[in-house]
Amino acid sequence: MMMSWLIVFPVIFPLCGTFFLYLFRKHHRAVIAVSWATSGFGLIVSILLMDQVYILGPQAIALGSWPAPFGVVFAADLLSATMVAVTWLIGLGVVVYAAADLRFNTSYTRFHLLIHFLLTGVNGAFLTGDLFNLYVWFEVMLIASFGLMTLDADTTQIHGSIKYVFLNLISTLTLLLAIGMLYGATGMLNMAGLHFKYHTLSPGFVSLLSGLFLFSFSVKSALFPVFAWLPASYHTLPSSIAALFAALLTKVGIYAMMRIFTLVLPFEGTVWQTIFIVLSGLTMLTGVLGAASRFTIKKILSFHIISQIGYIIIGLGVYTRPALAGSILYLIHHIIVKANLFLVGGFLNRKFGSDHLSKMGGVYRSMPLVAALFLIPAFSLAGFPPLSGFWSKFAVIRASLETGHTILAATALLVGILTVYSMLKIWNQVFWEAAPADATSSPPVSLTETGLYLLPISIFALITIIIGLFPEPFFQHAERATVQLLDPTIYVKAVLGER
Amino acid sequence: MHMLLSLITGMLVAAGIYLMLERHLLRILFGFILLSNGINLAILTAGRLSKEALPIIPPGAVTPEDSFANPLSQALILTAIVIGFGVLIFCLSLTYRAVSDSGSADADHMDRSEKRE
Repeated sequence: MMMSWLIVFPVIFPLCGTFFLYLFRKHHRAVIAVSWATSGFGLIVSILLMDQVYILGPQAIALGSWPAPFGVVFAADLLSATMVAVTWLIGLGVVVYAAADLRFNTSYTRFHLLIHFLLTGVNGAFLTGDLFNLYVWFEVMLIASFGLMTLDADTTQIHGSIKYVFLNLISTLTLLLAIGMLYGATGMLNMAGLHFKYHTLSPGFVSLLSGLFLFSFSVKSALFPVFAWLPASYHTLPSSIAALFAALLTKVGIYAMMRIFTLVLPFEGTVWQTIFIVLSGLTMLTGVLGAASRFTIKKILSFHIISQIGYIIIGLGVYTRPALAGSILYLIHHIIVKANLFLVGGFLNRKFGSDHLSKMGGVYRSMPLVAALFLIPAFSLAGFPPLSGFWSKFAVIRASLETGHTILAATALLVGILTVYSMLKIWNQVFWEAAPADATSSPPVSLTETGLYLLPISIFALITIIIGLFPEPFFQHAERATVQLLDPTIYVKAVLGER
Repeated sequence: MHMLLSLITGMLVAAGIYLMLERHLLRILFGFILLSNGINLAILTAGRLSKEALPIIPPGAVTPEDSFANPLSQALILTAIVIGFGVLIFCLSLTYRAVSDSGSADADHMDRSEKRE
C-alpha cells in the first residue's frame, strides 16, 4: 500500500511547497529553505518510485477508492517514473541556481512559488492515467508558465508571451476537443481502458482523433510548422527559468505523444507514421538552420531545442523497439544537456551583462573552468563521443538505417554537423576571441553566488559524462521502458487489475 | 436537438477561428472565447443528450433507470469552463498590459521579442 502512495508524492510535494512558499513570500531565507527542501524530497521520492517501478513493474493507485476505469487513476510505468526523476533533478538544479540568478528580481519569491507550481503540473502530466486529468495538468503547467513569463515583465517579455500564450491556448483547446470526442465515442477516459476500445472505432474517426492529438501535441512540443512561439518567447526569460522551460515543457508534449500513440491510439502502420517521419526530419532541419542564423546565446539555444526535438521523435516515427529506446535515451540526455547549456549561458550573461555574442569574449583565458563546463554539454549536444549525445544519436540513427529510412538518417547526420557549427560559433566568439574593448564591466559575482551557479552546472556535466562513459545501464533502462510502452498489457493490468 | 447543437458548435468554431485570424488583440481574444465555448458544446453533444431523467439512482436500486442524462460530460465541461475563465482573465490582463506598453493593439506591432539583434 505504502508503495503505491509513492506515485502521488511527486505531485503532492510541490503543491504543498507552493502553499508554504506563498505563506513565506516575505522572507527570502525561508523561501530558499522551503524551495530547496521540497525539491530535495521530490528528487528522493521520485528516485524511490523509479526504483520500485524498475523492480516491481508498473504501479497504479486509484484516488478516492473509485476503481479504474471509473475514477481518476495515477499510474507509473518505467517511462513516466524516469521522466519524473529527471524532472526533479532539473527542478533541484534550477532552484539552487535561481538562488543566485534571480536574486535581484523584484518578484524573487514568486518565482520560486511558480517554479513549484509548474513542477506540480509537469509531474501530474507524467503520472496521470486519465485523459481528462492529463488536460488539467497541462493547464496547470501552462498557467504556471504564463506566470513565470510575465513576472517582472518588460515590453520584450510581454510581446514574447502574447505569442506563447495564444498559440499554446489553441493547442490545449484542440486537446480538449479531441478528449471530448474520444469520450463521446467510447464513454471512457481511462487510458488503459481505452487501449481495448480503439479497435471498436471506425478507422476514419481514429484518424481524425490522431490528427487532433497530433496537432495539439506538436504545438506543445514545437514540431516543424507550429514552433513559432518557442523562439519568440524563450530567450526573453531569465536564464534559470529558460533552462526549466527548455528542459521540461516541450518534453511533456513528447511524453504525451509517446503515451497516446502507443497506448490509446497506436499508430503503427497508419499514414500518421509516415507524416511523423517527415515532420521529424523537417523539425531537425529548420531548428538547426534557425540556430545557425542567430547571434545571442539564448536565441541559438532556443532554436536548438526545436532541432533536438526532431531527433527525439524519430523513434516514434520509426516505431521499432531499438528506435523508441533510442528516443527515450535521447529524451533523458537532452533534458539534462539543454538545461545545462542554458545555465552556463546564464552565468556568462551575468558576467558580461548581455548574452549577445559580440559583447562577450576571452572566457577561455579568464575562466577556464567555465569553458570546460560549457564544452561538455555543447559537445554532447552536437554528438561527440564519448558523451551522452553520441550514444543517443547513434541509437536513433542506427534504428532509422535498420528500417531503411536512409534520408532521415542522412538528415540527422547533416543536422549534427550544423549543430557543431553553431556551437563553435559560440565557442569561438565567447571563449577564444579576446574580450571586446567596450565590454561593460558588471559588478563582480561573489564566491557563494559563483558556487550556487556552478554547482548544478557541474553536476549536470558530470551526469553527461557518466552517461557517455557507461551507456550500457542507461540503454537497458530505456529498453525496459520501451518494452513496457510497446506491450502495454502489464501497464493495463496494473491499472485495471486482473480481468 | 443533436443536429441543432452540432450546427451551433460549427458556427461558434468558425466564427472563433475567423476572429483569431485578425490582428487586433481583442478580436483574437473574442475568437478564443467563441472557440472554447464551441468546444464545450461539442463535448456536451458528444456525451449524448437526453431529456429523460436525472442520473440519480432510485432508493433500493444499484443502477439508475434505463435512460438518463450523462453527468460526466457535464462535469468535464464545468471543469473546462472554470479553467477557461481563469485563463481568459489572465489573457485580458496580458492584453491590457501589452496594449498600454506598445500603444497599439495590432499583433504585428508586438515584435519586440523577434527583432534582429
